[in-house]
Amino acid sequence: MTPDAPLLQLSSVTKHYGGLAALNQVSFEIARGDIMGLIGPNGAGKTTLLNVISGLAQETSGTVLFNGGDITSLPAHRIASLGIARTYQNIRLFNEMTVEQNLLLGRHTRTRSGMASSLLLLPRQRREERQLRDDTAALLQRMDMLARRDAIAGELAYGDQRRIEIIRALAADPLLLLLDEPSAGMNESETEQLGRFILDVRNQGVTILIIEHDMNLISQVCDQVVVLNFGEVISQGTPQQVQSDPLVIEAYLGQEED
Amino acid sequence: MLTQFLTDIWLVYRSVFEFALIGSALGLSIYITLRTGLLSLASAGFMSIGAYVGALLTIHLHTPLLVSVLAGALAAGVIGLLLGLPVLRLSGVYLAIATIGFGEVVRVFMLNIDNLAGRTITGGALGLNNIPRKTETWHLVLFVGLLIYLFVRIDRSRTGRAFDAIRQDHHVAASMGINVVQYRNLAFVLSALIAGAAGVFSAHLTYFVSPNEYGFNGAVRILTFAILGGYLIWLGPIVGAFILTFLPELLRFLGPYRPIVNGVVLILAIIYLPRGLVDPTFWRKVWRQRGKPPSPPPLETSSEAAP
Repeated sequence: MTPDAPLLQLSSVTKHYGGLAALNQVSFEIARGDIMGLIGPNGAGKTTLLNVISGLAQETSGTVLFNGGDITSLPAHRIASLGIARTYQNIRLFNEMTVEQNLLLGRHTRTRSGMASSLLLLPRQRREERQLRDDTAALLQRMDMLARRDAIAGELAYGDQRRIEIIRALAADPLLLLLDEPSAGMNESETEQLGRFILDVRNQGVTILIIEHDMNLISQVCDQVVVLNFGEVISQGTPQQVQSDPLVIEAYLGQEED
Repeated sequence: MLTQFLTDIWLVYRSVFEFALIGSALGLSIYITLRTGLLSLASAGFMSIGAYVGALLTIHLHTPLLVSVLAGALAAGVIGLLLGLPVLRLSGVYLAIATIGFGEVVRVFMLNIDNLAGRTITGGALGLNNIPRKTETWHLVLFVGLLIYLFVRIDRSRTGRAFDAIRQDHHVAASMGINVVQYRNLAFVLSALIAGAAGVFSAHLTYFVSPNEYGFNGAVRILTFAILGGYLIWLGPIVGAFILTFLPELLRFLGPYRPIVNGVVLILAIIYLPRGLVDPTFWRKVWRQRGKPPSPPPLETSSEAAP
């Protein structure tokens, strides 16, 4: 594995739902440390692609390489343990739990001592639990959200829920973070704040794939952008390049406003 | 005076107390599956397996109670492991139906292997009725106490958190690295072990096992413990089992109408406390509002109140 090999590599990823091709021969790469934008009109297959990468959906054909290994047919929990974490278009926090409990779960792959060591009151388990709580507190501190630690997740303000969901994904110390429309429902200043937050996360060494409709946010944070339309890649390049690509303009203007 | 009074009460209600403890164990057996989002009605079937295996060992091999309990629990646990592999692919009401089917298979099986090559096995419809009474009250107190310890320790581990995550959203749980299938199998086997052990204790308490004791009615009765008491924390099914075991005894004066009361209590609980009597969120809200005049809902405080 050379350090400049791409972190994620999709080759001819295809996903059929019955006769419908939600994804057709999608191929692209994400370099380590990059923020890659994934844009396209509604129904282009963006969320399906995230589901395929994270293992919540099984591709019909094609391969997904991550960090040098083939993750194409691995189940979701194995993919997560290799270092891919994600958020959802409609926020999916564990609403009845506190923020801390959500984060502890986010760190599940980083813990080892389960029921048996807990039953036997092993010091190892107690140490690990303490370490886990310290780690999540430190993460919240770093993200300036420590004050929300004991709040019930479902009772938080909308913007805070978005942020906590991202932090929960970060709790796993992922190599790759998948964000599904993180700015949905946010106003302009909240979105700008989110952009700075995302750049912060990248500066901590996390590679990011982000689905987004807000072109300002895309221009603010992305190094590269891939454009999907009807399940196919129609353009790829820097944010400036794709915005002037006639195919992209046609894809967006050739149909109703989103 | 007082001691005399308490002794009388104890003599009258001792066996009800014992049944409530067995009910608590069974309630905990279904609670562990509900907690991972599985609606399983297999506990009665597992109880039956445990009861027969334990009783047969005691009768034929004169094993000590502890050995019978461990063997009965293990037999139910092994069957639970084998059953779980195919049926835990199902969810919701389909799993409920499959596990009711399992209970019927166990019942019919026990009914029909009454004797094999001339030797009495399960005694068919008559059941086994020469089981020595070996279960003491303190056995049951210790058993339920150990179960409480088990659940407290599970709550304080990644296993308990994983169970809760799976119940709330198993897709999200999986994408956080939680092996949903493995944790659900673990919960199902724990459920079988607990129900199997409870079956052995029950057989050595009533001197008697028969196939019909553990049929569909038994399965639903166990479910009602968890529904009335609540299945969010371990205290729920215990409270449910105690209420539903003691209530009919305290209402003896109602005569033949007694069974109606359990049904009415259950309906009221489902309407007014759908998450059961022991619902931490509900009681926390009651506690927060105590003494305050009717105020706006307490839900909005979190976003502004924090510094």
